[in-house]
Amino acid sequence: MNAAADDVAIRARGLTRCFGKLVAVDHVDLDVPAQRVYGFLGPNGSGKSTTIRMLCGLLTPSGGEIEVLGLKIPAQADELRTHIGYMTQKFSLFEDLGVRENLEFLAAIQGVPKAKTKRRVDELIEQYHFGDRQRQLAGTMSGGQKQRLALACAVLHEPQLLFLDEPTSAVDPESRRDFWEKLFELADAGTTLLVSTHLMDEAERCHRLAILDRGALVADGTPRELTAQLEGRTFTVETDDPRAAQRALASVAGVLGVAQVGNILRVLTGAEGVTPDMDRALATTGHKAALAAAPPNLEDVFVAATRRDAERAA
Amino acid sequence: MNVRRLWAIVVKELRQLRRDRITLAMVVGIPVIQLVLFGYAINTNLRGLDAGIVDQANSAGSRALVMDMLATGVVAPVARVNTPQELMAMIRRGQVGIGIVVPPDFERRRIDGRAVAQILVDGSDTAVQAAAAQLMQVPIDSAAPDTRAPATSTPVGGRISMVAFYNPQRRSAVNIVPGLIGVILTMTMVLFTAIAIVRERERGNMELLIATPLTSSELMIGKVLPYVAIGLVQTSVILALGTWLFAVPILGSVVDVYLASGLLILANLALGLLISTRAQSQFQAMQMTFFVFLPSILLSGFMFPFAGMPKLVQWLAEILPLTHFLRLIRGVMLRGAGLREMWLDVLALAVFTLAMMALAILRFRKRLD
Repeated sequence: MNAAADDVAIRARGLTRCFGKLVAVDHVDLDVPAQRVYGFLGPNGSGKSTTIRMLCGLLTPSGGEIEVLGLKIPAQADELRTHIGYMTQKFSLFEDLGVRENLEFLAAIQGVPKAKTKRRVDELIEQYHFGDRQRQLAGTMSGGQKQRLALACAVLHEPQLLFLDEPTSAVDPESRRDFWEKLFELADAGTTLLVSTHLMDEAERCHRLAILDRGALVADGTPRELTAQLEGRTFTVETDDPRAAQRALASVAGVLGVAQVGNILRVLTGAEGVTPDMDRALATTGHKAALAAAPPNLEDVFVAATRRDAERAA
Repeated sequence: MNVRRLWAIVVKELRQLRRDRITLAMVVGIPVIQLVLFGYAINTNLRGLDAGIVDQANSAGSRALVMDMLATGVVAPVARVNTPQELMAMIRRGQVGIGIVVPPDFERRRIDGRAVAQILVDGSDTAVQAAAAQLMQVPIDSAAPDTRAPATSTPVGGRISMVAFYNPQRRSAVNIVPGLIGVILTMTMVLFTAIAIVRERERGNMELLIATPLTSSELMIGKVLPYVAIGLVQTSVILALGTWLFAVPILGSVVDVYLASGLLILANLALGLLISTRAQSQFQAMQMTFFVFLPSILLSGFMFPFAGMPKLVQWLAEILPLTHFLRLIRGVMLRGAGLREMWLDVLALAVFTLAMMALAILRFRKRLD
């Protein structure tokens, strides 16, 4: 699954960005392999958008070095622009232009040769299912359609590298699945994709991902690698009174997180071997509770990564 | 009507206003600056009008007459030339608004009781025409303490004649319509472009555009060009209506009228772009436009005579594109002057355009920070 080490699309070292006193991105080191879907997972305000903007040369870093597709950023940002596509978090196409008009406009701006433009636009309209609504104004389309159009516009000039900033935040699950199909097609065709998200199920689809928390990179690896690190540290608890059990478990040393999922509690511990302590704590609630080991998922990874960071900070 | 809800809206509005620093500055700035500026600047009682003098008699009496005219304070001499023809050329070029001509046979005319001098007036500015009439009141008898002349018995009226060129009937429309081209272009052109870039920033289009190979100059110049065409259409509409409804003459060449209008359009568009790079919202852009528009109307000479304003304000008004345009368009349309004769104002507009455009392109960063 790992791309070859020399085949790196983005390399960043010590990437930092401050807004006044706020450190939005704090010494982030990144290596994004080429031709893969690389995920940026993190809550709102964790520095995902700021990092992406620095990587494509829209923001000047306060510190650190960036190399994207072999180009030094921000110094060679102008050169980079012809090789990247950028899909903004907020819909940024022209709402008072039609589907075809938007595509044709961007084709000209991106420098797609005139002779090729019509073929390329037709091709995208076909691929992205806009055949029957070429003249529809972008502003009147649904969230999913807008997202599809934005992606079509971002790949118009066949960029080597595609930045997508929370592309599916305003999209229903069905459209989201179609959207990810498209992303994998692009990766198969040789495009490198960097996708930011705060959704676990989306992060799970990435070939490789980085977890950002309060501006710092707290974990990175393939989803499988990341979850494997937590083997033996995740449990479920079934009980009549989940609220009481949650309170009891939260006070046990070594428990990193307890989350209620329906009637079940999901527990994450800092290390293996906390089971006896947890059993004891559950017994104090006076309710029957069944503690069982469970396979770790990305949410656990996320909680583990961010808690560890908080402890280090404390 | 619930007072608490009502009050909540009031408080919210004030809070939002407090955070909008430019709007806040405008709330105070517009009344203070504009009132001070206009209060001092606008003076409908004209004094110190630029005048050219031809004294062909050059006698003690004629010199005394000219001195008397200057003593009224209505005119200030900027040039002395040798022939009335030269004076008329200066008026056509807009260098002077008033000419004083004393003929060679001044002394004889004085004794004969005929008109002793002539005032030439640029009638394309009706206010100047009215002011010049005051010069006709200068008493001739005191012009020279010459006891031989029976001057004392001569009535004052009629001894100095006045000729108004270019708008002898003093019709306001003739004066207003050419200026109106400038005023309308100033309003629409600045606003169009002032909003153009802010709007894209507000709607989020800008983040997309700056991530593409598009350059600042391409974006700025591309934004301006379509409006040049719109501005020329507006010019045509005003010209057509002006000549058809108000019989406003176009004495000069129509090409010059369009060239002058084109220059003003470019100057205003460039100014709008600069505003656009500065404003944070469309609302702010509109306020800044207004901030430029008001002085343009009041100080350029469109509404109140330029000559009547204090020197300091005149210098300030020289910055405004409309001031130069008014001189050009009145010169071309009403006095039949050519742009080449008024090259200084052409140059001023060109320099203004280039400076604003350069500032706008420099100020516009292809970055988000």
